[in-house]
Amino acid sequence: MVFLKLAIKSLKNRVFTTGLTVLSIALSVTLLLSVERAKRAAEEGFTQTISKTDLIVGARSGPLQLILYTVFNMGNATHNVSYESYEDIKKNPAIEWTIPYSLGDGHRGFRVVGTNEDFFKYYHYRGSQKIALAEGDVFKGLWDVVVGADVARKLNYKLGERIIVTHGVTKGEGVQNHDDKPFVVSGIMKPTGTPLDRGVYMSLQGMEALHIDWQSGAAPTPENAVPREQLNKDTLKVHTITAFFVGSKTRIDTLRLQREINNYKEEPLLAIIPGVTLSELWNGLSYVEGVLRMISWMVVVVGFMAMLIALTTTLNERRREMAILRSVGATSSQLVGLLVFESALLTLLGVISGAVLSLVLVAALKPWLETEFGLYLTGSGFTAREWVYMLVTLVGGTLIGLVPAMRAQRLALKDGLSVRL
Amino acid sequence: MSSSNILVEMRDVQYTYGANQKPTVHIPEFSIVRGEELFLYGPSGTGKTTLLEMLAGVLKPQQGTLKILGCEFSQMSAAARDAFRAEHMGYVFQNFNLIPYLTAQENIELPLHLSAGRRARLGSVDSEMVIRALCGTLGIGDILGKKVGELSVGQQQRVAVARALLGKPDLLLADEPTSALDTDHREKFLKLLFELSDLYGTTVVFVSHDRSIEKLFTRSISLESINKVV
Repeated sequence: MVFLKLAIKSLKNRVFTTGLTVLSIALSVTLLLSVERAKRAAEEGFTQTISKTDLIVGARSGPLQLILYTVFNMGNATHNVSYESYEDIKKNPAIEWTIPYSLGDGHRGFRVVGTNEDFFKYYHYRGSQKIALAEGDVFKGLWDVVVGADVARKLNYKLGERIIVTHGVTKGEGVQNHDDKPFVVSGIMKPTGTPLDRGVYMSLQGMEALHIDWQSGAAPTPENAVPREQLNKDTLKVHTITAFFVGSKTRIDTLRLQREINNYKEEPLLAIIPGVTLSELWNGLSYVEGVLRMISWMVVVVGFMAMLIALTTTLNERRREMAILRSVGATSSQLVGLLVFESALLTLLGVISGAVLSLVLVAALKPWLETEFGLYLTGSGFTAREWVYMLVTLVGGTLIGLVPAMRAQRLALKDGLSVRL
Repeated sequence: MSSSNILVEMRDVQYTYGANQKPTVHIPEFSIVRGEELFLYGPSGTGKTTLLEMLAGVLKPQQGTLKILGCEFSQMSAAARDAFRAEHMGYVFQNFNLIPYLTAQENIELPLHLSAGRRARLGSVDSEMVIRALCGTLGIGDILGKKVGELSVGQQQRVAVARALLGKPDLLLADEPTSALDTDHREKFLKLLFELSDLYGTTVVFVSHDRSIEKLFTRSISLESINKVV
């Protein structure tokens, strides 16, 4: 086909402008695809922050508040759950496992969580990922803590490090330190890419021991303080927890269990299904996604404009070329075809290089995005939506090519065979 | 002279640019005989280009009849006239005849790719051989693979002639193709052109304002004598 040859040779002849045009389209496509992929990763990461947990139970408040303070370390619980209620509910035959969660204290900007060893056994995120330790062991003794990956990295903690817990804050700097009762780092967790990385984990008894000598929320005076040495993990009695996670035996049990807990007579409780609440929360944030997408489309339009300018500015130089093609028998609609074909070719090259570039970027930046941002770029290849985006870009670029093509046709009809520049 | 000898026949042909202006070209009667080498001269503004473009089928006469090879141009569509031009005519420009990003040979082959009729005129012969033979005669056999930019003006004009004459067209239209050449080369160029056009039976219509070469043609006519407007 002579037009393919003409178009390719002509573009090759203008390799610099052609290259820049292809580059500008490729970069816009890369941006568009990367935003889409990052959005996909963010959504997956977000809704998979916790998985395999059927219910989260806390004192009665709102579902969003409950999920925010348990899973995302945002905000505080207004009430606690009594340990008796927890023990009572735990006996329900529909329940397979539970993880108790006790919040309220912090350590140098990170939150402290009181829990038990079931936390390491049953807590899942991103499908079937479990918490694993990079170094050391889980908290066996009363004064042992396990620190999340971010905590260890930011504060440069090693095993055996002695740490002091701050009272009453889950974030930021506090005023009162539990400096009479230091803890020892017994284990360091592997990175999970979830808010778990920013927590310090200890036994429920450890959390209880911190506050045993506190009265009505006030720090103990020196005379009634209980020394660290007198406390023993086996004799300490836990009074309250903040929330607990529940895994039910079958999915069908979950809804019944949720209803039973929400109607629990002894204490006002709230049980939520985390998957549902997480999706609701994500949808509430989806305008951010819309804004990002709009910006990437705007970048694509700018890419088209660059192509339009590049093609239109070369038209004047090409008027004689058009006259020669006319003289050897090309019709004016064939000239339109030639120029539209050129734009289509440019856009195709741009889309292909943009797609390849985005794949290369994803492959290259994957480890960095995972450790720095907790963005897990899952899945290879492109989704249906991404294929549609590429197709839309291709069609758009070809249509944009009509603008210089129509102008070329007008010039060709006006010039005829005599171009006097 | 019998009517089968007439290649181009014009009667009352008029062309006006824009509205409410006096016509640029008004030719009451004019014909071109098959096989002649016609020199049309006249200063700028006498309608040389308009006449050439009507003959090439790029412009359509607004009035009157223009027949080439018995085909009535004023009744053909633009696409049909484009196809007719590709099949039956060669065109040589004053300068800038070639597409810069193609080689000499690719430029010469262009009409063959655009017109099946032109290709058919080569018969069953391999086009490569025809081009080699033609270019050998024109003395450009050794530069066919070169980029246009590497050629001299004289070589470029001969490549343009090769393209125009490939497939033995009925009519060769030339728009001052010698103005870029010096007197010596001008005569050589024309002699070579006529040698080939005689061989192929191609009629040549050559427009120029430079009368120093008119003696080489079989007929020389002033545009002012056939165009009623000027």
